[in-house]
Amino acid sequence: MTIASTAVPGVRRSKAATLGTRRRIGSLRKETVLPGFGLTLGLTLLYLSLVVLVPLAALVMRSAGLGWDGFVDAAFTPRALAAYRLSFATAFIAAAINAVVGLIIAWVLVRYSFPGKRLVDAVVDLPFALPTAVAGIALAALYAQNGWIGAPLAELGIHLAFTPAGIVVALMFEGLPFVVRTVEPVLQDLDKDVEEAAASLGAGRVQTLTRVILPSIMPAVLTGFALAFARGLGEYGSVIFIAGNLPMVSEIAPLLIIIKLEQFDYAGATAIATVVLVAGFCMLFVINWLQRWNKRRSG
Amino acid sequence: MTGAANQKTRLAVTEPIWLRVLLTVLALTFLSLIVLLPLAGVFVEATRQGIGAYFASFDDPDVLSAIRLTLIVAAIAVPLNTVFGIVASWCIAKFEFVGKSLLVTLIDLPFSVSPVVAGLVYVLVFGVHGWLGPWLVANDIQVIFAVPGLVLATIFVTFPFVARELIPLMEEQGQEEEEAAISLGASGWRTFWRVTLPNIKWGLLYGVLLCNARAMGEFGAVSVVSGHIRGETNTMPLYVEILYNEYNFVAAFAVASLLAMLALVTLVLKKIIEWRFAGASSVVG
Repeated sequence: MTIASTAVPGVRRSKAATLGTRRRIGSLRKETVLPGFGLTLGLTLLYLSLVVLVPLAALVMRSAGLGWDGFVDAAFTPRALAAYRLSFATAFIAAAINAVVGLIIAWVLVRYSFPGKRLVDAVVDLPFALPTAVAGIALAALYAQNGWIGAPLAELGIHLAFTPAGIVVALMFEGLPFVVRTVEPVLQDLDKDVEEAAASLGAGRVQTLTRVILPSIMPAVLTGFALAFARGLGEYGSVIFIAGNLPMVSEIAPLLIIIKLEQFDYAGATAIATVVLVAGFCMLFVINWLQRWNKRRSG
Repeated sequence: MTGAANQKTRLAVTEPIWLRVLLTVLALTFLSLIVLLPLAGVFVEATRQGIGAYFASFDDPDVLSAIRLTLIVAAIAVPLNTVFGIVASWCIAKFEFVGKSLLVTLIDLPFSVSPVVAGLVYVLVFGVHGWLGPWLVANDIQVIFAVPGLVLATIFVTFPFVARELIPLMEEQGQEEEEAAISLGASGWRTFWRVTLPNIKWGLLYGVLLCNARAMGEFGAVSVVSGHIRGETNTMPLYVEILYNEYNFVAAFAVASLLAMLALVTLVLKKIIEWRFAGASSVVG
């Protein structure tokens, strides 16, 4: 409360800022009515610090304790570099495929009607709800050489399970709902009048799709891509069963952290975890920026 | 407008029928291959050697202790994160203060942390070589490779679920109703129970549901802190891994089928809430 009341008088610049001030003064008055600000803010900060911030700080400080050379030695061994490359590449490919397929699924769900559509809509959320280990063993069984999908593919000479391609399959499973659920609301809000205007001005359907619709849903598609990519970078449970886990070939970065920990190599585990953590934070910034862009576009 | 012109406009704002069919088939095929078949596979693999073998899989004290542990962990982590979610969203949605958007970002932070890293940070704090390690050993308290570690790791990964459902909902509803209650003389608690809670109950239930599904299904984070002690620190997902690695596929998929059923129940309830939610907000709006 005190923080907000001291912050308000300083804001007096542009018209927009004045409007903002007025709104803030309005809610300031409200603050005096509603109780519990100090209590809830205090509890929130306390719980957040104890559960999230202090443990994360422990990781960063452990890493800092290694010194720069120690950190680089532990974090960028050839095996670790191969793991980062693999995690990055598989997450990127899976997210890219999901961006295309997720867009098609969202489009079909919003624009077309077909029997069982509500069921299909519910199925999209399954990867959010299904535990990753369950998805992992199910995908491994399915895409193994004797599995429902793996067997026909093996006859064609394609092996997905226990190769890096298997990792892509697992990450496609985990990432798909992120794209569909990000693109869907934007497609729903899309103004059909604009499409009609484009059509009546002589645009063909392809032109309308690529010049009118695609630009307005692009921020949402990119946000979905980024969310799926970020998830893929850190994913562990669904991947390890189908990956094969060969060092330098099919060993993802999170698995390497666990292996280092099991060898009591705390320096290695900490350093690699810090790299994964920083990559995750970078993605958080990208996603926040994309979501603001998304909101500006659709708002 | 004449029928022909009407037809022409309609053609221009939708795709030709063949393309519509093609896109629908593509979408359904992909969903089947990537999402639906794995789900079906869980139940088929679990009953591969008959229903008898399926039920015999649960006749194992380690399975029962894994189920019990999963329930215990969720029973501690979910209520804690629910209370936190309500407290945090009251603070964020009902008041304006400096640093609010930073706080919202920090609450979302666990979503961008790899589950394995989430587990590791607790090892670095509570493990034998961690910050509090020597003190914990001296006082004979075990956190890592024990139930408290499992609970903490689960709390970390499920931390944002309730708050992130409630914050936008409470922001949208504004403060007017609560203000009216307070100015009519109701206490803060009474206002919360009688005014705020009825307004947010569906959103709250939704958040709790997703939080619980993740808490019971979490694998990566608890895998790091568990130590995999049979009958003691294996939650259901962890025991699935052990059974699978021992080539005991029927039992692995049998335990996995329970988790898959949990996912299906979660999805059905989620859809029901979404439907009720839409109904409720259309009544209000």
